[in-house]
Amino acid sequence: MLPLNECCYRLNHLDTPWDIETYIENGGYQIWKQVLAGELSPQEIIDEIKTSNIRGRGGAGFPTGLKWSFMNRAAPGPKYILCNSDEGEPGTFKDRDILRYNPHQLVEGMMIAGYTIGATAGYNYIRGEFWEPYKRFHNAIEQAREAGLLGENILGSGYDFELHAHLGAGAYICGEETALIESLEGKKGQPRFKPPFPASYGAWGKPTTVNNTETLASIPVILAKGGEWFRDLGVENAGGTKCYAVSGHVEKPGNFEVRMGTPFKDLLEAAGGIWKGRELKAVIPGGASTAVLPGEKALAMNMDYDSIAKSGSFLGAGSVIIMDDHTDMVKACERLSWFYHEESCGQCTPCREGTGWMYRVIHRIRQGKGRPEDIELLRNVGGKIMGKVICGLGDAAATPVSSFLEHFEHEFRHYIDHGCSIFDRQ
Amino acid sequence: MSAASQGMIQGDVQSRIDKWVARYPSDQPQSAVMAALRIVQEANGGQLTTALMDEVADYLGMTPIAVYEVATFYSMYEHQPVGRHKLCVCTNISCMLRGSDELLDYMKQKLDVEVGQVTADGKFSIKTVECLGACGGAPMMMLGKDYYENLDEKRVDEILDGLE
Repeated sequence: MLPLNECCYRLNHLDTPWDIETYIENGGYQIWKQVLAGELSPQEIIDEIKTSNIRGRGGAGFPTGLKWSFMNRAAPGPKYILCNSDEGEPGTFKDRDILRYNPHQLVEGMMIAGYTIGATAGYNYIRGEFWEPYKRFHNAIEQAREAGLLGENILGSGYDFELHAHLGAGAYICGEETALIESLEGKKGQPRFKPPFPASYGAWGKPTTVNNTETLASIPVILAKGGEWFRDLGVENAGGTKCYAVSGHVEKPGNFEVRMGTPFKDLLEAAGGIWKGRELKAVIPGGASTAVLPGEKALAMNMDYDSIAKSGSFLGAGSVIIMDDHTDMVKACERLSWFYHEESCGQCTPCREGTGWMYRVIHRIRQGKGRPEDIELLRNVGGKIMGKVICGLGDAAATPVSSFLEHFEHEFRHYIDHGCSIFDRQ
Repeated sequence: MSAASQGMIQGDVQSRIDKWVARYPSDQPQSAVMAALRIVQEANGGQLTTALMDEVADYLGMTPIAVYEVATFYSMYEHQPVGRHKLCVCTNISCMLRGSDELLDYMKQKLDVEVGQVTADGKFSIKTVECLGACGGAPMMMLGKDYYENLDEKRVDEILDGLE
């Protein structure tokens, strides 16, 4: 039996897991009280998080303990902890369920993180479409405040901390941390140059740490059960559990919190296997911006950073998109290209122009108007975006196209040669 | 506040905006611009106008152009009329793999309306949207502030036929 839901989704099976009573009955806010009582110092917390070997769950996989240690806790003036709940990578829906079903664990995680880095306030940036998750999180803040766990001189500790939710308004790019900060400041969500990094110049110009929802929601459990416990759930290069969002052609799509290093085939089985009794054709293992893999490669890999990297892709946000043997890969690639064209913020010319160019070329191939040189043209345009723009969206846009071409070039060629997909008998 | 801000931003609308302003550092009211635009858009039947954006700018102490930038950058703000019920249909990859293109065609046919247009009676408009982060329930759509998941033609009929 696959061990499920040991950390962020640990309360999902309960009737009202979003209520503070349920959370407290299940050990909630115990760590926060220990922190306020001075039983856990910021350095001890950082050491424990480093021991846990947790890596950022938003997609980049940066070690969380190390990120927190970049903040100068003693620096005077306001500092901020930001949570990135701008979940918008196609195929990703894991944070939505943390917000809906375990908002208090996220509140506690944000408060502990805030204390550790010396923050005066925290903001959770929630995507604008997530109204129900926003309400759940906002209510959790209100309940925590009523319980005296948040605000001024919390539980007589002399420590003040404020926490708020912020709502976006529809822009994928705001999941990039400096675009998120711009958006929080009431501007277009266009990424900033780095350096300076947010730890020195973040929200409203103040030192800021940005962490993903799943990362922050994991913190109270890591500290309650110990960094070693969390580390040992995972594999050598990545500790703990991971929430995988499985979508596409499976019988039971949904979120599955499993241990790092779980074989892909076990995760696929947990999601009910391929639907309609069909065969697996391809997998996008980490969300739309990670490379697509042929089914046979995916079946041989485990769900952790190193194993997926060895297979030629990336764990990303853990957003597993499954495609069966009836899938037109050119159509799938065309749809992803449209997404990046639509969501490019327009700041850097190679991305703004290149994403549209790639979409238009794939679109004309799909229309049966492709030219033999289009394959090379697509590779060329992708190569002129990657590494030549401010943020990761450019690479995110080029990766799907290059990987679809790497593994499924014959489907593009078929469109170009015959004017139709490999499934059309013309 | 100047005379210009005596339009939409008063009473309940104003107090809702003020609650958002209070969440941010006291010298950063601009951080509430996204919430303010959403609130005035809702109060105006789902659509922004230049006058409304100017009012928000005035209220939050921003230049109008800074508000226009925000209002045209984010996809949830509308600058053209929408139906009383705006159907935001996800067509991104996970929904596409489970039939969102066919479902969208069905909805267009059922309501006799194209994407980006409003039905003759003003009741419905359809918008295609990028991934809404609910791929486990694909295909899905957003209607008002609610998500509707695991859609098929029958479910769409039930939802749309039940609307006033």
